[in-house]
Amino acid sequence: MARAASTRRKAVFTIIGWVAGLAVFFPILWTFLTSFKTEGTAIATPPQFLFFEWTLENYATVQERSNYMRHMTNSIVMSVGSTLIGLLIAIPAAWAMAFAPTRRTKDILMWMLSTKMLPAVGVLVPIYLIFRDWGLLDSLAGLTGVLVMVNLPIIVWMLYTYFREIPGDILEAARMDGASLRNEIIYVLTPMAVPGIASTMLLSIILAWNEAFWTLNLTASEAAPLTAFIAAYSSPEGLFWAKLSAASTLAIAPILILGWFAQRQLVRGLTFGAVK
Amino acid sequence: MATLHTRTSARLMMAPAVILLLAWMIVPLGMTLYFSLLRYNLLMPGMESWTGLDNYTYFLTDPAFSTALANTLLLVAGVLLITVAGGTALAVLLDQPFWGRGIVRLLVIAPFFVMPTVSALVWKNMLMHPVNGLFAWIARTVGLQPVDWLAEVPLFSIIVIVAWQWLPFATLILLTALQSLDEEQKEAAEMDGAGAGSRFIYIVLPHLARAITVVVLIQTIFLLSIFAEILVTTNGGPGVQTTTITYLVYLQALLQFDVGTASAGGIIAVILANIVAIFLIRLIGKNLDT
Repeated sequence: MARAASTRRKAVFTIIGWVAGLAVFFPILWTFLTSFKTEGTAIATPPQFLFFEWTLENYATVQERSNYMRHMTNSIVMSVGSTLIGLLIAIPAAWAMAFAPTRRTKDILMWMLSTKMLPAVGVLVPIYLIFRDWGLLDSLAGLTGVLVMVNLPIIVWMLYTYFREIPGDILEAARMDGASLRNEIIYVLTPMAVPGIASTMLLSIILAWNEAFWTLNLTASEAAPLTAFIAAYSSPEGLFWAKLSAASTLAIAPILILGWFAQRQLVRGLTFGAVK
Repeated sequence: MATLHTRTSARLMMAPAVILLLAWMIVPLGMTLYFSLLRYNLLMPGMESWTGLDNYTYFLTDPAFSTALANTLLLVAGVLLITVAGGTALAVLLDQPFWGRGIVRLLVIAPFFVMPTVSALVWKNMLMHPVNGLFAWIARTVGLQPVDWLAEVPLFSIIVIVAWQWLPFATLILLTALQSLDEEQKEAAEMDGAGAGSRFIYIVLPHLARAITVVVLIQTIFLLSIFAEILVTTNGGPGVQTTTITYLVYLQALLQFDVGTASAGGIIAVILANIVAIFLIRLIGKNLDT
């Protein structure tokens, strides 16, 4: 009796769950499908869902017309580059705060967080002028630098919450055995910290990849990452839906897959440890 | 001795992060503050002059400002309403056991990873287009007049697009909170004869209160800075119907080259965000002690 009821209950929730899930996912699915249509089929009424002639021509055209791979490379260089630099700066800081906390550690953490809450538009004018004067507008180096600063507080915070979970006793034991600070970091801390660092890295790459304030305001054609490149489709070019879809599919696919892997760490990173 | 040694190296290890962030925050913010007191237009180089608070007066009395402020608040409130309500519903749903739950969860969180320019353009063109969009087709199929979403109800359309992007965030955080709820408590209430409705209101919701607060505060911080979605869909229009504070500052700075006014607007945006940030920081700080 009870089992029959719970199976029926499960079946009902299966239907509701899948309908809700597919509804939320639909715009992405629709983009994916449209990317394999011809421009004619893409705007056809009634819309063609699955039974159309699938074609790969949009992907070829997008690359031919606009050197798509250049923007893809820009996105990769910027998101991975800013993440690695950010980690290099943040790992020592988070290590120090987690294992040698002082009275001021908490204040420093809160202050770092507060820089993240500074609206970008509050510093848009000076950053733009500095970039213009130093010839950094539309340059990969400049934008990577900005992304480092934008994500640094989140990286420090996330690493800090992971490092804090490493038992301090182990470090002390290593120290008692005569391990130097360097050896302590290399042989004891690093192996335990790697999972946390990896999750932080994923989140930082995702955030940098999708950053769309600075990338839109500080780049033109040379250093434009995918966010800025896709924005160009808001012009009449946007009427080419199949090509827009192909460009979009390529732009979101890698990060969507990374995101799916990082989903559990996402909560911790984005709530600064306030929800675990 | 050892502690002294450790403390010095700890300081050295923190130094790069602290110094860089300090430079990133103080220098440009100081410049913004300084520019906001100048008459300074990039089209008239060399004509900078001190003007006191005139830029603030100008920005605050610009009729576009009150509209932009209202739009900003509506955008934030609308998105929060949809994401918190929808996120709670989805989180409760995903907390039930059903077949393929893991896959459904991946589907639900997917929009969060779509870059803002892509989601805005996909919604604008392929879903909301008044002639060839999917919504127009659905409307015609059921015998309704298709709506030109971004022309007739532009702000609402942008709220929908942004809410779609942030729904996964709310869902994921609320789901995480839900999963930490003590099952026994729910079972005890069930045994005492509490229905599903009252169990939700008296046990689940109070448990979620803290997570909902976190969602509201963090989203507000990000939503105050919404930019790309407006840029690629409406450009702030028609008229100023979808111009937010962030967008207004962008217009002043990079399209009208009015550095002074834009800086004053930037400072006002900072003040607005700080009001929210104070609450958030307190909440997180409290959590840090435990």
